[in-house]
Amino acid sequence: MFRYVVKRLLLMIPTLFGAAVLIFLLMRAIPGDICYLRLAAGGGTVAPDVLRICRAELGLDQPLIAQFLTFIKGLVTFDFGKSMWTNRPIIEEIGLRFQLSLQVAIMATLTAILIAIPLGTISAVRQNTWIDYFVRTFTIAGIAMPSFWLGILIILGILITSKAWFGVAWMPPIRYVPLWEDPWYNLSMLIWPALATGYRYSAVATRMTRSALLEVLREDYVRTARAKGLYEKLVINRHALRNALLPVVTVLGIEFAFLMGGLVVTEQVFNLNGLGKLFVESVLNHDYQMTQILVMLVVAIFAFTNFVVDILYAWLDPRIRYTR
Amino acid sequence: MQTAAAQGASAPLSDEAISARSATKSGRPILEIENLSVQFRSSHGLVRAVENVGYTVYPGEMVAIVGESGSGKSVSALTVMRLLAQTAEVTSGTVMFDGRDLLKLDNEEMRRIRGHHVSMIFQEPMTSLNPVLRIGLQIMEPLFIHLGMTEEAAKARAIELLTLVGITDPESRLEQYPHQLSGGMRQRVMIAIGLACDPKLLIADEPTTALDVTIQAQILELMKDLSRRLGIAVVIITHNLGIVARYADRVNVMYAARIVESGTAEDVFGNPRHPYARGLLSAVPRLDRGRAMRLQTIEGAPPNLLKPPEGCRFRPRCRFAIDKCVVSPPLVEVEQGHRAACHRSMELDKLEKLGADSHDAIGAAEITTSGPILQLQGVSKFFPIAGGFFKPAKLVRAVNKVTLDIAPGETLGLVGESGCGKSTLGRVVLRLDDPTDGKILFEGSDLANAGSDEMLAVRKKMQVIFQDPFSSLNPRMTVGDIIGEPMQVHKILPKDKIHDRVAELLSLVGLHGYMADRYPHQLSGGQRQRVGIARALSVNPKFIVCDEAVSALDVSIQGQVINLLEGLQQKLGLSYLFIAHDLAVVRHISHKVAVMYLGKIVEYAPADELFANPKHPYTQALLAAAPIPDPAIERTRPRRIITGELPSPLRPPPGCVFNPRCPIAVENCRKEIPELRNLAPMHWVACSEV
Repeated sequence: MFRYVVKRLLLMIPTLFGAAVLIFLLMRAIPGDICYLRLAAGGGTVAPDVLRICRAELGLDQPLIAQFLTFIKGLVTFDFGKSMWTNRPIIEEIGLRFQLSLQVAIMATLTAILIAIPLGTISAVRQNTWIDYFVRTFTIAGIAMPSFWLGILIILGILITSKAWFGVAWMPPIRYVPLWEDPWYNLSMLIWPALATGYRYSAVATRMTRSALLEVLREDYVRTARAKGLYEKLVINRHALRNALLPVVTVLGIEFAFLMGGLVVTEQVFNLNGLGKLFVESVLNHDYQMTQILVMLVVAIFAFTNFVVDILYAWLDPRIRYTR
Repeated sequence: MQTAAAQGASAPLSDEAISARSATKSGRPILEIENLSVQFRSSHGLVRAVENVGYTVYPGEMVAIVGESGSGKSVSALTVMRLLAQTAEVTSGTVMFDGRDLLKLDNEEMRRIRGHHVSMIFQEPMTSLNPVLRIGLQIMEPLFIHLGMTEEAAKARAIELLTLVGITDPESRLEQYPHQLSGGMRQRVMIAIGLACDPKLLIADEPTTALDVTIQAQILELMKDLSRRLGIAVVIITHNLGIVARYADRVNVMYAARIVESGTAEDVFGNPRHPYARGLLSAVPRLDRGRAMRLQTIEGAPPNLLKPPEGCRFRPRCRFAIDKCVVSPPLVEVEQGHRAACHRSMELDKLEKLGADSHDAIGAAEITTSGPILQLQGVSKFFPIAGGFFKPAKLVRAVNKVTLDIAPGETLGLVGESGCGKSTLGRVVLRLDDPTDGKILFEGSDLANAGSDEMLAVRKKMQVIFQDPFSSLNPRMTVGDIIGEPMQVHKILPKDKIHDRVAELLSLVGLHGYMADRYPHQLSGGQRQRVGIARALSVNPKFIVCDEAVSALDVSIQGQVINLLEGLQQKLGLSYLFIAHDLAVVRHISHKVAVMYLGKIVEYAPADELFANPKHPYTQALLAAAPIPDPAIERTRPRRIITGELPSPLRPPPGCVFNPRCPIAVENCRKEIPELRNLAPMHWVACSEV
């Protein structure tokens, strides 16, 4: 088991390095220039000298290999440098936004798990009954509906109901306050995006739970469990569900990692200052440094969630624990 | 009376067992099924899987339900457990168990019976245990649920049960997971689970079909012994007539959802009163019979239960069918305790004698004096197993210095248990895998180092027939395309001639020409295997590797395919390398037989010599473990069941690989590896002690 964990951890290194090479080269391949954008954003011309000074300041005049080595060195020493656009330390720029995105992602994941596993289970156990049809409709709707659109509906709903019930239109707060400083305030802001994204997320996971469980329920060992005279509840919970969870865990892992960096539009709808927004801005501004670091952050999150998924696999399935 | 006779002839019983047995005759039956009918709703219509089936089981006896796949034998057993799929519907009948009709119980009452008073063991030990739960918990579950045992009491009982089913070191096994045990061990665990709460009835659905013959014998001996010692009634569902003959007290033969014959094993085997039972018995190759006679098979295939024939279900395949047979014959007693469902059951003996001349003997194959078509000289195939971070790489010696030869027109049978390397050897001969070492001389030229051009030319002459007729045909190609493809690849015929040749090949393997336009899923298993044979024949090969070519087929179909292969050999002068685990089939089809164990040939001799006079202790063990479908012979045969299992090829034992299981092993066997040596002309044995 220990060996398995170490092996998984070591396997993350080549993944991260490969991503670093790729993003570094891709950024350089995109036409455009941050200095030009910064100095001549409003139109007009910039003197070549000024451009040269700007580039020298940002280190863009160095040979590619030197720039790459600086980048890698920064990554390894956790010295991420400054934003080329705002000139503020990147760690500061990312800090609060990361917290916010992480919290939304975790809350959405919890929502998804709490909805998906019971719903998927009921749906599979009562296959082709009204409850199964209801769950299937509910999940199809969840997959079809973009989360930002659901977000808009939620905001409208809040406005309309609060106005109707309390006479005053209430809006979720906009300024981010960490959970431990003012939990109530924090939750009243972030619960809505978590629900909006969690619905779609839970829909995917519910369908996965349902289909995995349906498959497992046809397995011989489930028949064995019934032949032993176990209570149906035990057959489902102990014998079937645990085997069915493997693919569900995979889906949860992928979705979680996606939520960390990919919530661009939903963040816009709820006016959240999260990683997604920062991402889009840094790409538009040709802020090489910021984009690179953000991509590496997302890659690291993906690699890490995959690592966690692998550990969960081993925990759920002894065959993995003992053979690798 | 019959049972008493059976008892006297069977293996000696302990006093305790005899008293348990004699109690049974006076006692009431533990299970009485009457008039049971079950149907399934499918998208194609109503399938009546079980019709008016009835049988009784007394405490302490072993009752067999025999039949081919789809005959309804498993469905009738699952009905007793009330574990049928939701699409199933019981339309009539009663299942009286210990005075109660199980079909009338509510779900909760039924749950209390399952695993407590009635247990079931399933076919696939590999998938019947939950892979993510410890063995201990899986055994203890019924103890917690039904007997309300505490953790400690249940654990003590689990250890007791594992000891009872012959698992060593039970305490540490409780902590293990199913994947850490072999198939035989898992089936023992399944039996332990079944016995946990001292059931009165144990239903075993093909309990040993997935296991090797030596392990099969171990498991069945165990079940028989337990049923005697503990007075448990056992219903065993199987397609293997040998098992029935060796272990069952009474037999019910099922065909197309109905019971066609029932009685004591002696009666049914000794004097079958239904043409189907007769047909089955003559269609199955036997260990004690050579290849002199062609198998008497039942023509055709079992009916489709969506549209069964009117009257007697066996009528379309029956040689003795008369007009009266359009009326369903009732299952009536033909003599005391022996029932059959046939209008002509009393005349069958006479009729059979009339038709007896139709037995056609197999002509002696014309073995030419020219050299062998295939010669293997010291062929080895090693697979490296990659090491991990800290583990060194290992070598699996799947095939280890095998030397064999096959003459034109000859069949070499290659037998051994799963994992012994016989299939790998087949693949190496075909160069589907490259040999690590040795020479493969095909018509005198060495294939081991042949280039791809040479191989392409040789492949025309060597073909293969695989085990699984379901997965070895491309589901998206028509039968005609499947058979025609090799001819196109090897440019044997111009395109416009292929169609005619396909039709010719189809008729050669006993299929109709119009089947060329069908897809594999539209054919039955036996028909698919015939298509596989036609495909192999399409390039006019001289040599065919048959890798478990008949193992997946039902008895009556298996006989047809064996006859076909033998007929083709005579007609076309083919040579076969016939790889199989079924000794009786190998005995029937082979001229020469090689026995393989853990990558090595341990004995090699002409078939008659090998089966009459086996020398190697492993060959002897294999033969002793394989049952013969004749209770009269089985009752007098000595039982020598070897213990233990095939060792892991990753850690072969030192010295002779068979020494840990060998009854005659001496100190030297653990040190020296015995070479194949010549005992008699043509009889080679790799054992230093014979």
